[in-house]
Amino acid sequence: MEGDIVQMGAYIGAGLACTGMGGAAVGVGHVVGNFLSGALRNPSAATGQTATMFIGIAFAEALGIFSFLVALLLMFAV
Amino acid sequence: MAKEEAGNGLVFHPMDQFEIKTLFGDGPVHWYSFTNATLWMGLTVLAVFALLVLGTSRRAMVPNRVQSIGELAYGFIYRMIEDVAGKDGVKYFPHIMTLFMFIVFSNFLGLLPMAFTTTSHIAVTGVLAMGVFLSVTILGFVKHGFSFFGLFWISSAPLILRPILALIEIISYFVRPLSHSIRLAGNMMAGHAVIKVFAAFAAVLAISPFAIIAITAIYALEVLVAFIQAYVFAILTCVYLKDALHPNH
Repeated sequence: MEGDIVQMGAYIGAGLACTGMGGAAVGVGHVVGNFLSGALRNPSAATGQTATMFIGIAFAEALGIFSFLVALLLMFAV
Repeated sequence: MAKEEAGNGLVFHPMDQFEIKTLFGDGPVHWYSFTNATLWMGLTVLAVFALLVLGTSRRAMVPNRVQSIGELAYGFIYRMIEDVAGKDGVKYFPHIMTLFMFIVFSNFLGLLPMAFTTTSHIAVTGVLAMGVFLSVTILGFVKHGFSFFGLFWISSAPLILRPILALIEIISYFVRPLSHSIRLAGNMMAGHAVIKVFAAFAAVLAISPFAIIAITAIYALEVLVAFIQAYVFAILTCVYLKDALHPNH
């Protein structure tokens, strides 16, 4: 019985860890949305800043990936 | 362990694809064993060699297809370093080009069926990120001595806030190799684990058409992510290099 409770805790924790990815999605959308609104006002300056946009996307997405990693570790490595 | 539950547990193991196994004989894995990671890293190096050395061996003025791809990759990274780290960052082009080509080929080769993605292991990406962190820090100290600590002292902030900001800057400086490595490893591991999970759904007859369409869509996303993660690793290396070469805020 004890082993099953540990398993249950791990699976519930994995499900809860997935809520972190919502924040990552909002963050990435925020970055890209701001880039788009700036690019539609000043298209000639937009091409120089696509690199910055990708860096911003990577930082925002990395934290969502961390939470997915925690979920995977809880599911399969505990 | 989830794997040992009989019947009422998990029957598919999407994380088994990341296991490092010796290729010849079933012994334990030593540092000198020839593992699947060794094989795929060797294939990555061979692929980079084939593109850059063999492809450009003819040195034609009007390049053929392979040579022009090699030249495109070279120019892409050269311009990126010039834009982000400035003219004096171009001296470090070999290191950043090696990192980018290794990571992009390793990511793409991992997308082949039955392949092993070496950059999905924190061991591999941790060493790459640690190498970047150590080399950038040592470079900063060699070039600027103790004024390298000016990286943490934000002179454009009010004097009251500067100690707190310095503490935050120091913490975020040491988190850099951690996030640098986990970003790449996590993206690769997550992508491949998701593909494996959808592949397990494809075994259920009722939803298998949707599962196969989902696998195709996720595979396309993974091709994009493979390139973007290599690009992000390289460009963040350039940003850290710029911080080391010009630490004055």
